[in-house]
Amino acid sequence: MSSTLFEKSHSGRRGINIPKQVVADAPSLDGSLLRSAKAELPELSEFDVVRHFTRLSNKNFSIDSNFYPLGSCTMKYNPKVQERVGGLDGLANLHPHHITNNKTSLVQGALKSLKVLENYLTEITGMKAFTLTPQAGAHGEMTGVMMIGAYHKKKGNNKRYVIVPDSSHGTNPATAAMVDYDVITVKSNKDGSMDLESFKEAMNDEVAAVMMTVPNTLGLFNPAIKEICDIAHSYDALMYYDGANMNAIMGVIRPGDIGFDVIHLNLHKTFATPHGGGGPGAGPVGVGERLMEFLPDLTVDFTEEKGYFFGEVSKNSIGKISPFFGNYLVLVRALVYMQTLGREGMINASRKAVLNANYILSKLKDHFDAPFKNYCMHECVLSAESLTKEHGVRAMDIAKYLLDFGLHAPTVYFPLIVKESIMIEPTETENIDTIDFFCQKMIDAVELAKSNSEAFKNLPLTLPISRPDETKAARSLNIRWQA
Amino acid sequence: MSKRYSNEHEWAILEGGVASIGLSAYAVEQLGDITFVELPEIGAEASKDDSIAFIESVKAASDIYTPVGGEVVEVNEELENTPELLNEAAESTWVFKLKVSDASEFETLMDEAGYKAYIETL
Amino acid sequence: MPYTPHTKDDVQKMCAQIGIQSEDELFASIPSELRAKSFDVPEGLSEFEVFDNFKEFASQNDTSKVSFLGGGYYDHIIPTAVDALSTRSEFYTAYTPYQAEASQGTLQALYEYQTMICNLTGMEATNASMYDGGTALAEAALMAVRISRKRKRIIVDSGVNPIYIKILKTYLAYHELEVITLEVKSDGSDKETLLSLIDESIAGYIFQNPNFFGSIEDYFDIIKALHDVKAVAIMSSYPIALGILKSAGDVDADIFCGDGQSLGNYLGFGGPSFGILACKEKYIRNLPGRIVGITDDREGKRSYVLTLQAREQHIRRDKATSNICSNQNLMALRATIFLALLGKEGFEKLSLQNYNNSEYLKAELLKIDGVKIYNQNPTFNEFVIELPISASEFIDKMEERGFFAGLRLETLYENFENRVLVSTTEKRTKAQIDSFVASVKEIV
Repeated sequence: MSSTLFEKSHSGRRGINIPKQVVADAPSLDGSLLRSAKAELPELSEFDVVRHFTRLSNKNFSIDSNFYPLGSCTMKYNPKVQERVGGLDGLANLHPHHITNNKTSLVQGALKSLKVLENYLTEITGMKAFTLTPQAGAHGEMTGVMMIGAYHKKKGNNKRYVIVPDSSHGTNPATAAMVDYDVITVKSNKDGSMDLESFKEAMNDEVAAVMMTVPNTLGLFNPAIKEICDIAHSYDALMYYDGANMNAIMGVIRPGDIGFDVIHLNLHKTFATPHGGGGPGAGPVGVGERLMEFLPDLTVDFTEEKGYFFGEVSKNSIGKISPFFGNYLVLVRALVYMQTLGREGMINASRKAVLNANYILSKLKDHFDAPFKNYCMHECVLSAESLTKEHGVRAMDIAKYLLDFGLHAPTVYFPLIVKESIMIEPTETENIDTIDFFCQKMIDAVELAKSNSEAFKNLPLTLPISRPDETKAARSLNIRWQA
Repeated sequence: MSKRYSNEHEWAILEGGVASIGLSAYAVEQLGDITFVELPEIGAEASKDDSIAFIESVKAASDIYTPVGGEVVEVNEELENTPELLNEAAESTWVFKLKVSDASEFETLMDEAGYKAYIETL
Repeated sequence: MPYTPHTKDDVQKMCAQIGIQSEDELFASIPSELRAKSFDVPEGLSEFEVFDNFKEFASQNDTSKVSFLGGGYYDHIIPTAVDALSTRSEFYTAYTPYQAEASQGTLQALYEYQTMICNLTGMEATNASMYDGGTALAEAALMAVRISRKRKRIIVDSGVNPIYIKILKTYLAYHELEVITLEVKSDGSDKETLLSLIDESIAGYIFQNPNFFGSIEDYFDIIKALHDVKAVAIMSSYPIALGILKSAGDVDADIFCGDGQSLGNYLGFGGPSFGILACKEKYIRNLPGRIVGITDDREGKRSYVLTLQAREQHIRRDKATSNICSNQNLMALRATIFLALLGKEGFEKLSLQNYNNSEYLKAELLKIDGVKIYNQNPTFNEFVIELPISASEFIDKMEERGFFAGLRLETLYENFENRVLVSTTEKRTKAQIDSFVASVKEIV
C-alpha cells in the first residue's frame, strides 16, 4: 500500500508525450561529456502517476480536511481565490531575467504589486521599508541579523552576542550562529515573559541585538517590552521582532511604534498563504530608519515619469540573499489576502484568534496543568506534566490520541521551558463546533489517561501507520529507494 | 583504579598515564536512543573541557567535552556501526582514550558518590 | 467578516465561558501607549474585486512574446497533471510532516523526490529541498567548510551563475573566509590557474556545468586534484542538462547543488522554485534541511519519517547545520510528479531535444553575417552570440518582432558588451526558431 513509484515501475511503460522535435538530430557530444547511463527514473503511464499521487494525498491531514491547532504555526484557512490569482498567466509565466535586462516596461504590473504589498506591510507594522526577498521566516531572520551585523560593523562597534529568551523558536539562536554571533539565553519569569531583571544583568556593551517574539511563544504579552527596547537602545543594541505571532496583534500593536529596528513576518502564517506541506513560505523583513541603508539589493521605487523601477542599491546593502524577489507567487497570495480582509478584516481576525484561544484555555485549564492561567493571546500553553507523573501519559500520547478523531495534534514539546508542553493555536477561522469538539476530545484524553493509560501505547489506530520507529530510521538510514 | 566524573557527565578512568573516557548512564538516558557517534581523530590534541567528539540521538545532539587534556591515542571504532552499545552499557563502554598531559586534572573531577549527589540536584 | 464564522451568539457564549463581558478585555494588558499609532490599511474587498485588481496587475506584465531567455530559468513544459495533483488541497494545505502518522502522503512523496534527485545527480544523499539554487550553492560552500574541518578558502568559478555568486558572497561575509573568484578564460574555466591555486588551504571549489554561458567541460582531472589535497568539489548544474550530461557522481564530485525551476515549476517572476543540495553518503550529517527516511511502525508497516532531525534548528538551536526551517515542499512535490510523468526514457528525450533545438539555432545563426558564437566549447541548450550592435538595441528590436531574445550579459560581466545569452528548450518549435533567425538577420 505504500509502495514507491519505483516499485510500481514497469520497464517499457511510457509517460507523457512531449512536443515533437522537428529539427534534425545534431551530432552527438563527445562521450567524455555524456552520462554513462540514463538516470534511473520510474517508467509509468500518466494515469499510474495520477493514481499514485491521488492516493498519497489521501494519507495526509491538511487544513482543508482537519483542525490543525499547532501553536505558532497559524494554520488558518487558505482562501481559494489565492490559487486562482497565482495561476494568472501574466504572473505565473513572467520571466525573472527581465530584471537582469532592466526591462521595467515588461514587468510594471509585477513591480506595482510589490510596491502595493510593501505599502500594506509598512502600515500594518509601523516599519519604514521592507525587503520582500527572503523566502521563509528563517531566511528573513538571517537577513535581519545580517543587517544588524552590517550596522555595527559600519559604526565600528565591537559586538559579539545576541540575546534571546529561553522560550525562543529554534531558528533564532541558529540564525545568530549563522552570522557568527554567540547566543546569551535569558530565562523567563513565572509569568512566562522574559525576566526583566535577568535581562538587565545580561545586557552589556557587546550585545548586538535582542531577538523577541511578541506575543511570545507562550502566547503571552510582555508588559515590559518598551522598557526592554529602551534599555537595548541605550547600549546601541538593536531590537529584532520575530513576527511569527503577528496574528494576535493586527491593528492593536505595531512593532515599529514600540521601537523594534527590524522585523520579519511569516506570510504563510498570519497572511494565510498555504503551507504546502512544509513550504514555500515567505519572510519579508521590515526595517526602521537605522537599518534602511543595509537592505538587500532589490527594491521597487515609483515616480510619475518613470513608473515603477528598481531602486538604487545602497552602497551599504548587505547584498543579495535571493536570486530575484524571492517567492513572488507567494507574495502575491499574501497581497490577495490583505486586500480581501482590509482594515476591519485584519483587526477582526486578531480579535477572533485571541477569543478562540482564550475560550479553549478556559475550558481546558482545569483538566490539564496550565502554567499561565490568566488570559493568553492567540495561543495557549498547557502541560501534561501531572498526567505524566501520575499516569505515565505524556504530551506525545495526547497528540496521538487526537489523530484518530481527525484532529491534528497541537504543538508538543515546544517551547522548551514548559515540561510536557502542549501549545494550542486555533486561529480565527475555526468555528465554535469544531473548537468544542476539540476540547471535548482533550478532556476525554485526560479521562482515558486516568482510567486506562496503557491504551495510549497503540494510538493512533485508524491511520495508515502508528508509532513509527524513529530510532531505527536514524540507525539504519535509508533515504532513497534502491532496488 | 577509581572512576571520576565531570559535570558534563563524562567519566574517566586513569591508568598508567592513559585516561579512558566515556559517558555516564545518566547522560545516555537523557539523550535517549543513540544513533550516531563522531569519534575524535587519533593524534588530536585537546585541553580540559574542549569539545572533542559529538553524539547524536533521535531527539537530541550533544558535544562531548573531554574531562582531562591530552592526546587521543585510541578510539572505540565499534561505536561507529553500533552506537547502541552506549544505551546498553554506558558506564563500561569507553569512547576514546587520551594520553594525559596533566594528571592533576584528574583529581579535580568528582568521585562516584559526588557525581551521584550532583545529578540529584539537576 | 471574511473567513471568520463567529455569530453574535457565538461571541456571547464564548465570552461567558471565559468570564468576560467583551473581547476588549482580552487586550486589557496592552497599555494605551503601546497601541498602534495608526492602521490606515484600505478597506476589504470581495474576492471578485480583488481578482480584478490582480488581473490588472497581470495585464501590465508582458508574457506574450516567444521566449529565448535562459540563464538558469527556462520556459519548459509543465504537464497539466503536475498542476492537477499539486493543487489538491491535501497536499498544499498540509503542514510540515512532523507528525508522521498524519503526513504519510507528504513524506512518501519526499522520499521519492530524494530518490530521483540522487539518481539524477549521481549522489547518495540529499535533503527535501532548499529555497533555490543560489542559497543552495551558499549552503554547499558552508558544508565544504565544515567537512574540511574549517579550512578558510573557497574558490568559485566565474562560470557559475553570477547572481548565485552574489548570494554566496553575502552568506559567507560573516564567516572569516576568503572567497577566490576564478575568472573564466574565454568561455571556459581557467584550469591552469585553478590547478596552481589548489592546495591544502582550500576547503572547496565550486563550478557550474554547463556554465552560465552554456558551455560544457570535463572536470574530472580538476576534481582529482582537489581530492589529492582533501578539498571538496561542488558542482552546480541545471537539472534538465543531467538528462544527457555527466552527473556529479560520474565526475566524482562531493556535493551537487542546483535550482529546480526547470522541473515542472512556473517561472513566477523568480519564485517560488526550490534548491537541490545533494552529496556523497559520508557527508550526510553535514547536510542542512529536512531529510526523510524509511522505517517500520509498531506493527511492522513501512513508514516514512523525518529523520536525522538532530542536525536541525529545532533541536540543535545555535549548533544547527543551518537555521533553515521551511523547505520548498510543494515545489519539490511538483518536480517529483514532473519526473514521474516523463519517466526514464522521456527525461532523456526531453534533454536531448533541448540540445538538438539549440544546435539547430546555433547553426542557423552562424549563417548570418555579423553574428558570432562566443562559445568555443560545446554547449547544451544555450550559448552566447556576439553582435555588431549593442545588446540593448538587439533585445529591443527583437521584442518589437515578438521575441524575448535573451540575456544582456554586460549587466553581469565586465567587458561583455554586445553579447547576449540565447537559450532554447523543448518548447521552441522549428518554426519559431526559423522566425527568430529571420528577425536577427533583419536587424544586424
